[in-house]
Amino acid sequence: MQASMTKAAHAERISFDTHPERYAHWRMSVDGAIATLSMNVNEGKGLRPGYKLKLNSYDLGVDIELYDALNRIRFEHPGVRCVVLTSARERMFCSGANIYMLGQSSHGWKVNFCKFTNETRNGMEDSSRNDGLKFLAAVNGTCAGGGYEIALACDEILMIDDRSSTVSLPEVPLLGVLPGTGGLTRITDKRKVRRDLADFFCTTTEGVRADRAKDWGLVDHSAKPQAFAQAVRDHAERLAAASDRPREAAGITLTPLKCTIDAAGYHYEYVDAVIDRAARSATLTVSGPKQAEPDAIEGIIKAGVAWWPLQMARELDDAILMLRTNELEIGTWQLKTRGDIDRVLAVDAALARHRAHWFVRETLGLMRRTLARLDVSSRTLFAIIDQDSCFAGTLAELALAADRGYMLQLPDDPERAPRVVLSELNFGSYPMVNHLTRLATRYCGRQEPVEEARQVIGERLDAHDASKLGLVTFTPDDLDWDEEVRIALEERASLSPDALTGMEASLRFTGAETMETRIFARLSAWQNWIFNRPNAVGEQGALKVFGSGSKAKFNWERI
Amino acid sequence: MSIDYSEKIPNNVDLSGNKTLQRALEHWQPHFLDWWREMGPNDFASSDVYLRTAVGVDAQGWASYGAVKMPDYRWGIFLADAIPDRRIGFGDSVGEPVWQQVPGEFRSQFRRLIVTQGDTEPASVEQQHLLGHTCPSLYDLRNLFQVNVEEGRHLWAMVYLLHAHFGRDGREEAEELLARHSGDADKPRILGTFNEPISDWLSFFCFTYFTDRDGKFQLKSLAESSFDPLARTCRFMLTEEAHHMFVGETGISRVVKRTLEVMKQLGTDEVQALRGQGVVDLPLLQRYLNFWFSSSLDLFGSEVSSNAASSFANGIKGRPDETTQYQDHVCADATYELTTPDGKGGLKQETVNLRNAMNEVLREAYVRDCEIGLKRWNMQIQKAGCDFRLKLPATRFRRSIGVWADVPTDPEGRIIAREEHARRLPEWLPTPADRAYVMSLMQRVTAPGKMAGWLAPPDRGINNLGLDYEYVRLG
Repeated sequence: MQASMTKAAHAERISFDTHPERYAHWRMSVDGAIATLSMNVNEGKGLRPGYKLKLNSYDLGVDIELYDALNRIRFEHPGVRCVVLTSARERMFCSGANIYMLGQSSHGWKVNFCKFTNETRNGMEDSSRNDGLKFLAAVNGTCAGGGYEIALACDEILMIDDRSSTVSLPEVPLLGVLPGTGGLTRITDKRKVRRDLADFFCTTTEGVRADRAKDWGLVDHSAKPQAFAQAVRDHAERLAAASDRPREAAGITLTPLKCTIDAAGYHYEYVDAVIDRAARSATLTVSGPKQAEPDAIEGIIKAGVAWWPLQMARELDDAILMLRTNELEIGTWQLKTRGDIDRVLAVDAALARHRAHWFVRETLGLMRRTLARLDVSSRTLFAIIDQDSCFAGTLAELALAADRGYMLQLPDDPERAPRVVLSELNFGSYPMVNHLTRLATRYCGRQEPVEEARQVIGERLDAHDASKLGLVTFTPDDLDWDEEVRIALEERASLSPDALTGMEASLRFTGAETMETRIFARLSAWQNWIFNRPNAVGEQGALKVFGSGSKAKFNWERI
Repeated sequence: MSIDYSEKIPNNVDLSGNKTLQRALEHWQPHFLDWWREMGPNDFASSDVYLRTAVGVDAQGWASYGAVKMPDYRWGIFLADAIPDRRIGFGDSVGEPVWQQVPGEFRSQFRRLIVTQGDTEPASVEQQHLLGHTCPSLYDLRNLFQVNVEEGRHLWAMVYLLHAHFGRDGREEAEELLARHSGDADKPRILGTFNEPISDWLSFFCFTYFTDRDGKFQLKSLAESSFDPLARTCRFMLTEEAHHMFVGETGISRVVKRTLEVMKQLGTDEVQALRGQGVVDLPLLQRYLNFWFSSSLDLFGSEVSSNAASSFANGIKGRPDETTQYQDHVCADATYELTTPDGKGGLKQETVNLRNAMNEVLREAYVRDCEIGLKRWNMQIQKAGCDFRLKLPATRFRRSIGVWADVPTDPEGRIIAREEHARRLPEWLPTPADRAYVMSLMQRVTAPGKMAGWLAPPDRGINNLGLDYEYVRLG
């Protein structure tokens, strides 16, 4: 009965649209250069029925609000230079992801949930690294599992030293799963905690108090309760001082996205996701600017939330999330574009020219994170570069993100044949989570092809040129096009979705590992394997029996 | 085994046979004494107090009386005698031999339980730190100190377990037990209630009646534990804890008795008239009971608890009198019916696994135990021909933990509007005026045999001595 209820409940569509006035779980306050996000989870307002969000534990709904709040700070509060993440509860910072929620969720839900939370935390580090927004975790009480992982995503961690509160990653001993939101990776890669200490730390349910946490590098600072509030201010102000976000600037309000959802799909102004359920595929069409976009900064600010790159990125981000969360069986995404190449290139020029301006920088940041989200989506991505498309500059990243690119040749009508154009932004503005550009990744670290590509910035590349440069995979002419594309899509759709997910994720990220790739490719992959094993989710598995008091019954074979 | 008093640390655990442990505890001992001097009833350090000291754990040996200066009290380590071939009495491993060592997989659960229990013992000494100055009699002063030294010994009992069975972590935790202090904003005691000072004797009586009784029930359930050293430690602690509850029950009974006497003299139950005579009017006492009962209920934890389930299933913590009171000691499929607020001002029934409801089972047993004193006090009141009856508020009233946390109810447990709740709270809980009045009664009485005016003398003295015996010789 539980299973069928869960399935029925899952049928309800999840939305990522929210607003601070509607938050159930967070309080956001802004005081000059410092914003405070206080977690105060309403235990009765879980996203699904069947569990209570006790002890400041979170589910997807809580994280959707966090993601919304971060974007609002980025755009609506440009004067904020440091974000303090803390809890409104006494002696309880956050106890991590809700275990009962995980226990009752399907495998797909758990994986999607973890992916989104990982992206949000990576996004915090992305903003700190690229856009000057600093984060301080003000750990004012017990901080366990996913709670500590939120803190780990901040630039610095200040922990209360009340001789009782601990930080811990108790997933292994308590739940038989991993601290999968970056915890295992960040303590070593980011915080440089020695692996033997990390081994001990990750197998002890009770965690460690502030003094040892500081000794071992698990936190940066500690303060006694009476000195805590002042320490939070001091550290936040110091971090804020190191930020280059503007001191005086009016924000850009993120108005709700206009999205029509119907049987055919999800329709935004610049992004249209049309679903073919029989083929288990979606066509994601991104439209270029409808008219010439402003190129002076004043005009860009005046356009604000309606400025094409911002609105398009927000819509694309939302469409990816909606498809990923609500359309699990739609396994292939065809990526298309429509519009005028010159207008797209003009926007790229404006983006490049004004990249030091906070608003332009944040817009580039949102686009960068959205493209990174596309990279880690467990869907086949085929770029379909056909007539009237505008895979230019920023939008060419969509083609570069794809697992394959199909580009139409029109031997009899070369004027109307589609073109791909590279811009300066393809050479460093949108690094993937491996910290390489999509071009560098594409050429597996070889420099010459990147240099060759750089030589043709601004040139209209037809299918022949693009193929020669390795930017597209196949270039059927108009006689073959329909059949080639149809067969490729149908064939792809017939393959094992699990094998495809594993294969695509392996091929998309070439070259050296970064902390983020290790989180997605190593930590998440192991976690997802564990999530599917009887030792975690069987009737006697650790996640299933959690809370009942019974011990999990393990199959002791090491695999 | 008898207690070896020739040693630095009296014990019946053959401490001299384990030099490592002995050294560890001898290292901790001066820290304990420093703590006692700093945080205990130190203004009375030079007084001779007629105290009971355990010299053996059997019926004859555990109560030996004599005048002692408190810093010289022989705090020691005493375990109740081992039960031969003791078996695990509950949970998934029922029937297997009990553990003499902590199983590695339960190390942190046991450690947490022992630390949480241990933390309350010194906490209560700290809470009562200044109470001696306003003692209503030497008899009561002696009882306070008896309670204090025994709480100190209970700390020793927990520290022994930490040192003997939890390695370096255990030793660190033992130090932390002395480092946290009640009410210290920077390093408070673990449980909230134990950070509130107890500054008047009416509160002290309520504390020993209600809050120490929580301790009794925690100890009773730990006395069932499969970890035998813990079970034996707690069994012996229970004999000492009984005295604390005696202090609470007779204390409140003497308050009632004195009030009834004055009511009879004056021929009225009118509050101001009674207060004019310096006694505790019964409605005021009722408000104190409401306060202390409800805060003590929170100490049992949430009604539905995964920790409670796991403690039971794994044989860590049982129910009080597990062997004699229950048939089913596994409770794998048993359920428990719980009435909870439905969030819309009404009630709903919830069926939960019995294992998850073990906190509530313990709380129910506790409430039944609390009722006994109420019956006695009401008997006194009835015999005096008075219509007033003391009663326990509903377990839903004024809760901060569990399903009733922050649900506004009246003392009968009816859910009421938040506004009405706020407005009527002064009817139900001690008001600032109540507390000020009680404080005004706290005048020190130290002449042997004399009692403060708000308190009747006890029926008999300590260890068959007269009431006018000088139980504390203030030095």
